[in-house]
Amino acid sequence: MSSITVIDALIDQMAKLPGLGPRSARRAVLHLVRKRSLQLIPLANKMQQVAASARECLNCGNIGTSDICGICENESRANGEMCVVEDVADLWAMERTAVFKGRYHVLGGTLSALDAIGPSDLGIPKLMDRITTENISEVILALNVTVDGQTTAHYISEEVGKRVKITSLARGVPIGGELDYLDDGTISAALKARKSF
Amino acid sequence: MEWRDQGILLSARQHGEASVILDVLTPSLGRHSGVVRGGKSRKFAAALQPGAQLDLMWKARLQEHLGTFQVDLIRSRSAMVMSDRRALSGLGAVTGMLLAFLPERETNAPLFYATEQLLDLLEHAEVWPAAYLRWELGLLEILGFGLDLSACAVTGQTDDLIFISPKTGRAVSRSGAGKWADRLLPLFPVMLGQDNKYPADLPQALEVSGYFFKNHACQSLGINHLPPARSRFLDTLTKTNQ
Repeated sequence: MSSITVIDALIDQMAKLPGLGPRSARRAVLHLVRKRSLQLIPLANKMQQVAASARECLNCGNIGTSDICGICENESRANGEMCVVEDVADLWAMERTAVFKGRYHVLGGTLSALDAIGPSDLGIPKLMDRITTENISEVILALNVTVDGQTTAHYISEEVGKRVKITSLARGVPIGGELDYLDDGTISAALKARKSF
Repeated sequence: MEWRDQGILLSARQHGEASVILDVLTPSLGRHSGVVRGGKSRKFAAALQPGAQLDLMWKARLQEHLGTFQVDLIRSRSAMVMSDRRALSGLGAVTGMLLAFLPERETNAPLFYATEQLLDLLEHAEVWPAAYLRWELGLLEILGFGLDLSACAVTGQTDDLIFISPKTGRAVSRSGAGKWADRLLPLFPVMLGQDNKYPADLPQALEVSGYFFKNHACQSLGINHLPPARSRFLDTLTKTNQ
C-alpha cells in the first residue's frame, strides 16, 4: 500500500511540471519504473546532483553549478559585448545558436504595470554596474518583442544613455515564415527594416 | 450566455500553462474579462498584445462566470509603437489607467470610442500626447471627478482662465484668484484644447490631471497610487521634452 502512495506522490509531483498533466505524468512514471536501472536510478541521481549544486550566477543570473557561471569565467567572452535577456531560457536559446561570443545579463523579467514589476525588481541596477566594471562597449537588447519586453528595452536604453552603443535584435519574417500567415505587425516591421538584396 | 462584440485588449495574464485571461474594453459591455484557451500559443502571440482591436465572442454558462473568449485580430497596434518609446509608454499608460480605474461590466460606449480614437493616433507623435491629456480629462469626467474649465468659478468670466481650484476642479481667472493664487493649480492652455500640437507644458498639465486622479479618484475608489505605467509615461515625456 505504501509503495502505491509513493508512486502516486511521484505522479502528482511530475504532473506539476511544465508540459505534463496527470495522464502524461502517469505514463512517464510508469516508463521510469519499468526501466528502473536504465533510467529511473540515473535520473534520480542526476536530479539529486542538480538539486545540490544548481545555483544562480552571482554575476549574470545564468543558472550553473558554481557561484560564477562558465560564460562569466571564460575570459575570451569578455569582448565588450553584453546581451541582455529576460530569462535564463532566453540565454540558453541564444547559446544554442553559438553565434554570440560575448557575455549575458539576465533581467529576471520585464517591467510590468499589471504585475507591479518596477525597475528595482529586475536586475537593472546590476546591469549598470557591470557596464562600467566590465568595460562594455555594446549592449544588445535581446528582449521579447512584446509590449512589456519593448517597454523594458526602452527603459534600459534610457538608463544606459549614451555611455555605450545599444542595439536590439532585428524584427521581421522568421525562417520558414510564409507571408500569408504572418500578422500585419510583423510584415510592416519587416518592411520597415528591409535591406539591400 | 453569449455575446459578440469588438474590444480593445487591455491586458493578457497567463492562466495555467497554455491559456490567458484577457481584460478588454468593449463598447456595449465596458471592461470585461474572459479566458482564451490556448492563448499562450504562438498563433495568438501577435494578436494578444495590449492595444489590439479584437473581434470577441464570449461564452459562459452563467452571466456572472468568467467565461471564455474566442478572439480574432481586427488590427494590431503594438507593432506600430514598439520602436517609439513615447508611444509605447503612452499605450502602457492608457491600458494601465483603464485597468486601475474602470469597474468591470459597466457599459460606457463613449469611453470605448474615445480610447479607440486615441490609440489610432499613437503613430502621430505630434498630436497624440495632447490627445492623451484630453482623454484623461474625459476619463476623470466619466469617473465623476470632471474639471469644469468653461468659466471662472469666482467671477464667471470665460477669458484669462489660468488657475484650477484643487478642491472643486473649476477654472479660476487671474482676477478671480486674488490672494488665493498661490493655493491654486495652474491651468495650461493645452487643457483648454487651445494647443493641439505637442506643447512644451504638456508634462506639467499631466501633473495637474494626475493631481485630480490621485487626490479625488484614487481616494474615493480606494486605489493606493496611480499606475506605475503612467509615471513612466510622464518621465518619458519629461525626458524627451528636455
